[in-house]
Amino acid sequence: MREFRYERAADVAGAVALLADAPQGAFLGGGTNLVDLMKLGVATPDVLVDVRELTSREVTELPDGGLRIGAGVPNADLAADRRVRERFPVLAQALLAGASGQLRNRATTGGNLLQRTRCGYFTDVTRPCNKRSPGSGCGALEGVHRNHAILGQTLAGSDHPATCVATHPSDMAVAMVALDAVVRVHGPDGERAVPITDLHRLPGDDPSRDTTLRHGELITAIDLPALGMPSRYRKVRDRASFAFALVSIAAALRVEDGVVHDVRLALGGVAHAPWRATAAEHVLRGLPATEDSFARAAESELEAATPLRDNGFKVPLARNLIVRTLVDLAESSR
Amino acid sequence: MDTQITLRVDGAAHPLTVDTRTTLLDALRERLRNTSPKKGCDHGQCGACTVLLDGRRVNSCLVLAVTVGDAEVTTSDGLAEGDRPHALHRSFVEHDAFQCGYCTPGQVCSAAGVLAEARAGWPSAVTDDLHAADAELTDEEIRERMSGNLCRCAAYANIVPAVAAVAEAEGVRR
Ligand SMILES: Cc1cc2nc3c(=O)[nH]c(=O)nc-3n(C[C@H](O)[C@H](O)[C@H](O)COP(=O)(O)OP(=O)(O)OC[C@H]3O[C@@H](n4cnc5c(N)ncnc54)[C@H](O)[C@@H]3O)c2cc1C
Ligand code: SF4
Ligand code: FES
Ligand code: FES
Repeated sequence: MREFRYERAADVAGAVALLADAPQGAFLGGGTNLVDLMKLGVATPDVLVDVRELTSREVTELPDGGLRIGAGVPNADLAADRRVRERFPVLAQALLAGASGQLRNRATTGGNLLQRTRCGYFTDVTRPCNKRSPGSGCGALEGVHRNHAILGQTLAGSDHPATCVATHPSDMAVAMVALDAVVRVHGPDGERAVPITDLHRLPGDDPSRDTTLRHGELITAIDLPALGMPSRYRKVRDRASFAFALVSIAAALRVEDGVVHDVRLALGGVAHAPWRATAAEHVLRGLPATEDSFARAAESELEAATPLRDNGFKVPLARNLIVRTLVDLAESSR
Repeated sequence: MDTQITLRVDGAAHPLTVDTRTTLLDALRERLRNTSPKKGCDHGQCGACTVLLDGRRVNSCLVLAVTVGDAEVTTSDGLAEGDRPHALHRSFVEHDAFQCGYCTPGQVCSAAGVLAEARAGWPSAVTDDLHAADAELTDEEIRERMSGNLCRCAAYANIVPAVAAVAEAEGVRR
């Protein structure tokens, strides 16, 4: 592991200033991802600014019935929060489906959003990887990619050269994307609010950047606007517990008089970013809340899928997950 | 880069100079010679290094020692009161819940965390009713909540009843 200086700041402005002066520095949340990547030699910061206790550990009320989640709230506490369980069950379920009890106790909300891909080439410094080492090639493209992306990748023949087919590993982020969360950020140029759907990027021609954040921007909080409809999270994985998603779904559905009035759909494990299924949402609004409609919506979303040699199974898996989850939600709102 | 810290472990304070790169696990094992927590994977994947940090279970292999501050570290060793083993220690022995024993201190600390989380009413991924006031540690709940602790000897079939017996005694299982 590269040597680093360890810093704590008195306040948010101090933390931001420390990183502004350290182009190779990084914020440290719970460290469950960053420390791991430092051990592997994948992350090599020369300064760590510890923000775990600096950023808020509180979940507070917003005027519209939504919630503001401090970036320092541990994943375990967020999942256990009674207001989250009641108003945003999709988020509680997504958090509980992720990692282990030990990891959720230490991992923070801010760090969870910015955790990096679990692609085995990215985490092995002896292998080619455009994300870790731009221009070295993508080992996964023709290699082991059973759990890689089926949507939004850059493949030969598209506008960009084939660069990266990794997936974003967070469960929590998928729920937050379905919930239209807003990420509050403090940076060298002041504060800004980033809709979470604009936070994570598709690889395009620069897979080294997972998000649209600039160096030294600190996540201080995540706002969840009020939802007001039933929601749920479902995750399919290779073992019953303590495994990353093959495909997951965060969904919310409001049915009135048998017709889909409002719907939110996001998929995990299918793309470089949590995937908001806008095509499916668009098809569904106004259709009868039946299995046929749900299947039509799923198929319209997955028409764009470009699976790799060994991950074609994710296409029917995602389809079935969308249909089954919406059928269940429609039944529960009856 | 060397830094001065004081680690509070199992009731005693230890001033130490550590390189900032030192994990809590390595500080405990290599510097304080507390070999109760074990190193299995060193990447958060096996749970052998589990300790309690202010009563909450964490993977000590992913915690940098410099970040611990005044938090109280409790290892499986420290759960015992002097020569009196903890209820979980006795239950693991009574239920034959290990073979080689390498994963056991991590399992015990993790189980202590599971019991505290259940007393606080925390749900898990297999909890059907997220709104339930209390958590009930069924076998299925114990398996899910203990899934961050792997056992290469596969003593799982006895670990679940070992944890269940203590849960019952503590009123978080019927
Ligand atoms: C064995 C294992 C299994 C796992 N399984 C799952 C799983 O099934 N599902 C899942 O979703 N996750 C899983 N995880 C990942 C886990 O959820 C993440 O490691 C965790 O959420 C990261 O949070 P952290 O606070 O520890 O982040 P850190 O490791 O501290 O930081 C992660 C990144 O975020 C940056 N950062 C941290 N805080 C801030 C902030 N406030 N502002 C700006 N930048 C910040 C850091 O610089 C770093 O780049 C698993 C992890 C492990 C080790
Ligand atoms: S998929 Fe992305 S992260 Fe994985 S090897 Fe290719 S470029 Fe690297
Ligand atoms: S040694 Fe820490 S989880 Fe395996
Ligand atoms: S008893 Fe041997 S690893 Fe669990």
